[in-house]
Amino acid sequence: MRHLMSPLDFTVEELDHLMDLASDIEKNPKKYAHMCDGKKIATLFYEPSTRTRLSFETAMINLGGSVIGFASEDSSSASKGESVSDTIRVISCFADICAMRHPKEGAPLVASTVSKIPVINAGDGGHQHPTQTLTDLLTIRSMKGRLSDMTIGLCGDLKFGRTVHSLISALVRYTGIKFVLISPEELQIPDYIRDDVLRANHIEFEEVSRLEEAIPKLDILYMTRVQKERFFNEEDYVRMKDFYILDKAKLKLAKEDMYVLHPLPRVNEISVEVDNDPRAAYFNQVQYGVYARMALILTLLEVKVC
Amino acid sequence: MLNVGRIEEGFVLDHINAGNAMTIYRNLCLDKLDCTVAIIKNARSSKLGKKDIIKVECPVDMLDLDILGFIDHTITVNVIEHGEITSKKELHLPQQVVNVIRCKNPRCITSIEQELDQVFILADPEKEVYRCKYCEEKFSGKIK
Repeated sequence: MRHLMSPLDFTVEELDHLMDLASDIEKNPKKYAHMCDGKKIATLFYEPSTRTRLSFETAMINLGGSVIGFASEDSSSASKGESVSDTIRVISCFADICAMRHPKEGAPLVASTVSKIPVINAGDGGHQHPTQTLTDLLTIRSMKGRLSDMTIGLCGDLKFGRTVHSLISALVRYTGIKFVLISPEELQIPDYIRDDVLRANHIEFEEVSRLEEAIPKLDILYMTRVQKERFFNEEDYVRMKDFYILDKAKLKLAKEDMYVLHPLPRVNEISVEVDNDPRAAYFNQVQYGVYARMALILTLLEVKVC
Repeated sequence: MLNVGRIEEGFVLDHINAGNAMTIYRNLCLDKLDCTVAIIKNARSSKLGKKDIIKVECPVDMLDLDILGFIDHTITVNVIEHGEITSKKELHLPQQVVNVIRCKNPRCITSIEQELDQVFILADPEKEVYRCKYCEEKFSGKIK
């Protein structure tokens, strides 16, 4: 029995296989509509997350299965003081697979050590969010047709954004990947990503502070939100914030086949005027998230796909 | 040169950095052993200048070499049999240490989950970096 705690739990070959499966699901959804008939997913969400939870639930329903679970800690036994280990032992008696989101880092790993069913980490604090990374990889591969030989721009809050850290760690395993890291000085990627992931893998990267400088050379632009509270003073925030808002004018500088991704929710870092541009891929990304989770559920449940 | 009295069977931990003897004493749980334990502090050392030494008169298999390797893998472990040094044990950084250090990350599941072991994994042997098994927080600090 396998669990998914980190995007690096899968080898590149296993990821390729999973993404092939997701692409086939996209093309032939009817073929998969009953593959999980009679199966149940438990969505154990100790903190609210509408999109991720609904994506998991949609994925299972699309496969013919059904859903049990809770959407906040208040409505679980954790509010009575039950441990994660005890909760998963109980849930193992009810469901066939579970997706867990927890504010404490490592909670899904604790669950996986005693669980009788596969556990998927659906986000544990600021630590890992592997299905977002699977979604990002699938979106890039589907839009660009490959995951190698690309220049990826990551823009915004690169310091605290766990999706950015996971995506970098996953992409360095492919050949010919270059990164352009676009952020204010206050929000640059942490040293352990720069040294232990990028430099250790001899990955070409540059760090710039203005999106306009970087955008012409990018094949993918991954946007994240720059939050006001991350700045040391308001003056800096006011000075910098517009640099990280993607609008039509900045998009004009980009290649015709560059795609814009965003883990969502968006606030104002991508102007709504960009939404209708064919390069805006962030809502497609949501759809790919469902396919990725469907493929993941089938893989972890070891459902035979002909 | 300091003369240390002979022991018949046991081990001598030599070349302990001065001041670390009590840390080792506590972490190896030597206080729980019903045998002779001698702690020598600030002995003269040509290698270290000053060093601590611990002598314990009990079988060496009672010694947790993993914990010792984690605390200081440069310590010399002399095994004593019939009053003579018969071998030296080499210490390595252990792949993991359990319940020796605690994760300081307040967002880590170890901060709330009942009776969960504190497990640290050797993430980078070259830089001697250990990370919490659960949240991957780097251990930085001294063992007390």
